[in-house]
Amino acid sequence: MRVGVLGFQGGVYEHVYTTRRALEEVGVSGSVGIVKKPADVDAVDALIIPGGESTTIGILAHRTGVLDRIRERVAGGMPVLGTCAGAIIMAEKVSDRVLGEKSQPLIGSMSIEVVRNYFGRQRESFEAEISIEGFEKAFRGVFIRSPAIKSAWGRARIVGWVNYRGEKVGAVAVQDGLMATAFHPELAGDTRIHRFWIERALAFVKK
Amino acid sequence: MEPLYGPLSRSIRLYEVGFHEIVEFFYKLAEAADILKGEDRPLPYAPAKPPSDLLEPVEGTISVKHGFPVFQKGGVVMDVTNTEQAGIAEDAGAVAVMVLDKLPYDVRRAGGVARMADVKVIEQVMEAVTIPVMAKVRIGHYYEARILEAIGVDMIDESEVLTPVDEAHHINKWAFKVPFVNGARSLGEALRRIYEGASMIRTKGEAGTGNVAEAVRHMKQIMNEVWRLRSLPSEELLRVSRELGVPSQLVEFTAKLGRLPVVNFAAGGIATPADAALMMWLGADGVFVGSGIFKSRDPAERAAAIVLATSMWDDPESVAEAQRMISEEKSMMGIDVRKLKPEELLQVRGAES
Repeated sequence: MRVGVLGFQGGVYEHVYTTRRALEEVGVSGSVGIVKKPADVDAVDALIIPGGESTTIGILAHRTGVLDRIRERVAGGMPVLGTCAGAIIMAEKVSDRVLGEKSQPLIGSMSIEVVRNYFGRQRESFEAEISIEGFEKAFRGVFIRSPAIKSAWGRARIVGWVNYRGEKVGAVAVQDGLMATAFHPELAGDTRIHRFWIERALAFVKK
Repeated sequence: MEPLYGPLSRSIRLYEVGFHEIVEFFYKLAEAADILKGEDRPLPYAPAKPPSDLLEPVEGTISVKHGFPVFQKGGVVMDVTNTEQAGIAEDAGAVAVMVLDKLPYDVRRAGGVARMADVKVIEQVMEAVTIPVMAKVRIGHYYEARILEAIGVDMIDESEVLTPVDEAHHINKWAFKVPFVNGARSLGEALRRIYEGASMIRTKGEAGTGNVAEAVRHMKQIMNEVWRLRSLPSEELLRVSRELGVPSQLVEFTAKLGRLPVVNFAAGGIATPADAALMMWLGADGVFVGSGIFKSRDPAERAAAIVLATSMWDDPESVAEAQRMISEEKSMMGIDVRKLKPEELLQVRGAES
């Protein structure tokens, strides 16, 4: 499986590192490369959209023509893992906790509603345990100016939650080969989420 | 699959260890330092490692502080002085804005004491944009930093552009929940700031000149010193660490990684897309642009162009497209660094401590 990491901005190399490890652990032969041009999108079987500033990544992906190409490939069934900003870019519905609706270029292929900067500013960024359906042990999530996954509909389902000061907040969602996390699994030193996504993605990768 | 942008294995941006191992290293370093200092230390050296089973969310950990700049990589942080400029920066694709009272070019011309920006202006910018907001404090000024932390600024720049209040000491940045970025001209300066808790390093360059020459010099200096470390036997690393004034573990870890163990940006004199791409090519993880945008006569176009060139630096066609978006006659005029008197250089501030 050829996995691409959208390489415009953000935690790109952290995903390259973690995905390489995860492929090895799952025992799937594959490679990990960086995607910055429309032709690069066609050269991969599955894509990771990393954390970063969703406005920056969206603007650059739009300008280079990559955004439209990804949207087409996703419509054709390409699996995608979007983390933090990546989850925002994947979401059909996005708002900002303070500023409300703001227009920004998005892919919008996943039937989820995401609220940007849900937990506050960097000062309020945190680590917490996330319970994920099918995971025996909790996953330590690093939330950095993270969004929240407020709701899911259609084929999308929220499968992971963080208990945030008494509130159960959506942190992981899946929809066929698409997966979104509000936090940063690539910082955790725990490959379970990448492995989980790779194994799901295999079913959707065109042979 | 063929590597699309050069072999990843040789990229300085792909660390040989995972992010969590870097965090683990800093916790171990902190533990060792705390044992040496004993129980009566006035300030905790660093936050204690959170337990392996968290019952409640925990803020201000090293993962959270050193993680913040990871998500700025490949991006452009832009100096702004008001909400209008902040909006232009956000629309152009900036990853963050840095709020100042005056742009470095004007600081240089105004003279006098340069201090932290107006708190009200910083708060207005925080309310106007969704991207992170940074602000500068004077070197060693704990209380400017405490104020910025209290109002919720996302990152603090302990900056030589402002007038230092403590020539001998920088802020103990471990004592804050908010991450810090510090300037450096050499490996020693960079590692001392990292040991004090900086989550991010940037070159000092010579701010407010529109001349990228000093940033180039500082980036090359740091990169060359790191590469030299890699060829040294461990007893030599011990000697180097004494010279630089940091624990040998930090020097050994840097040698092992082949790069600084935190995110490393370029700053100081970047004025065009080509300048930004040059700094990325030299190994910067991203760039700060100070006077270069809002001292030009085409700020919106220039801001978007520098964002494109910084991200797509390894694709010369895209950098050419970015350069086409601006016109050289609208660039800031710039100052020849060689014409500055020694006392006019900002980069030497705080370098000795």
